[in-house]
Amino acid sequence: MNNPQLTKNGELKHLLSIEGLPRAILNHILDTAESFVGVAEREVKKVPLLRGKTVCNIFFENSTRTRTTFEIAAKRLSADVINLNVNTSSQSKGETILDTVDNLIAMHADMFVVRHSQSGAAHLIARHVAPHIHVINAGDGRHAHPTQGLLDVFTIRRYKPEMHNLRVAIVGDVLHSRVARSEIHALTTLGVPEVRVIGPQTLLPQDVERLGVQVYHDMRAGLKDVDVVMMLRLQNERMNGALLPSAQEYFKCFGLTPEKLALARPDAIVMHPGPMNRGVEIDSAVADGAQSVILPQVTYGIAVRMAVMSILAGNTE
Amino acid sequence: MQLPDAEQLAGTLAEQIRPLLDDGAALVGIHSGGAWLAQRIRDLCGADVALGMLDISLYRDDFSRIGLHPQIKPSHIPFDVENRHIVLVDDVLYTGRTIRAAMNELYDYGRPARVTLAVLVDRGGRELPIEAQVVGACLPLTPQQNLQLLRDEGGKLSLKLYEGA
Repeated sequence: MNNPQLTKNGELKHLLSIEGLPRAILNHILDTAESFVGVAEREVKKVPLLRGKTVCNIFFENSTRTRTTFEIAAKRLSADVINLNVNTSSQSKGETILDTVDNLIAMHADMFVVRHSQSGAAHLIARHVAPHIHVINAGDGRHAHPTQGLLDVFTIRRYKPEMHNLRVAIVGDVLHSRVARSEIHALTTLGVPEVRVIGPQTLLPQDVERLGVQVYHDMRAGLKDVDVVMMLRLQNERMNGALLPSAQEYFKCFGLTPEKLALARPDAIVMHPGPMNRGVEIDSAVADGAQSVILPQVTYGIAVRMAVMSILAGNTE
Repeated sequence: MQLPDAEQLAGTLAEQIRPLLDDGAALVGIHSGGAWLAQRIRDLCGADVALGMLDISLYRDDFSRIGLHPQIKPSHIPFDVENRHIVLVDDVLYTGRTIRAAMNELYDYGRPARVTLAVLVDRGGRELPIEAQVVGACLPLTPQQNLQLLRDEGGKLSLKLYEGA
């Protein structure tokens, strides 16, 4: 099958989704990221790989945090970086996505990092651009957020190197979460034997078992003996609809408290993609506690994005 | 062609490097052959010598042509480079491009007081103005030949010559 992310030789040229990528490519990204962890700890936190290249962060949906990490990653690779928040500029004047992209290509952009509220936006751009231009999906609708999925498995691998022997729980609003989808694909591709999703019926996709996960509606049962707890952000806009009664009620059932975390293995790590809603999906005592690796996730996110950018830039047809 | 014995050559190289280490110099091997050699030289010269390793993949000058190397190892410099004498160690000196990349990377860790280059074999064919101060053996080769340092499971070093591009 033709995978739009791969060259004819099976090398990664765009990163649009983890779904459909072979384990060897995921491992190559994670192994390469190890080299970039060290770069950030040096006197000069830069390598010359993308010197002379221009990376465009096009964000059709706001996300200061994700955009910042991509910007730092590109700058540490010595690329020039342009940030565009399109919802605030030309889109409001009626320009289409592809018009925006074409304009940037006319300015000799080499790589696009795309965030959009519509699923498939990054695919659309990847199909449109010339072969020497690379596209990274930085989150599209409910579909995928592949670099977040990768940085999560990179973090897990650093703390729990025996991936084939892990029990991982993903907790919260899986239904609306592109992060959860990417995490599940990354974990199963890398051979994690047991991935659980925990959440209320209204926030889990109906056919989620088809992704190879076990479903729990009771958090206490779901957290029993897990090695990794991956919390999801509860989007505020979901609170007002019919899906949930209230933030307090949600916290009572699915918020991660020290008492619930105690049901997991004693050396379990706690993750969150940020930004956190303290007191809604996670208790501050856990977020700031000894088992939390939430800030290392941020640090590793830069190394993983540097790895993805340098691998893509080197794979041109 | 009769190739020199790599084990013997490593011993000679260590003897030549030993006096250079008096000023607190650190050994930095270039992955992979140079890293094995630097390790060997430290084993022969004393365990208190600081040892580091560079994988120059992120500094290669042919990235835009051939892309990223499929297996990069993290560079590891566990000491302060600033104001230190660095003995850079590699197995085969050829065009000089690897050494250029290694020096660029080294400078991103700090400004060394001095850099000395030590190589097991100088095979000629330089494309940059780079020379080694310490050389195990000179062995002029043609561009079609490829000389590599190998290390077996027991840690034994040997040289192997591949003919034809």
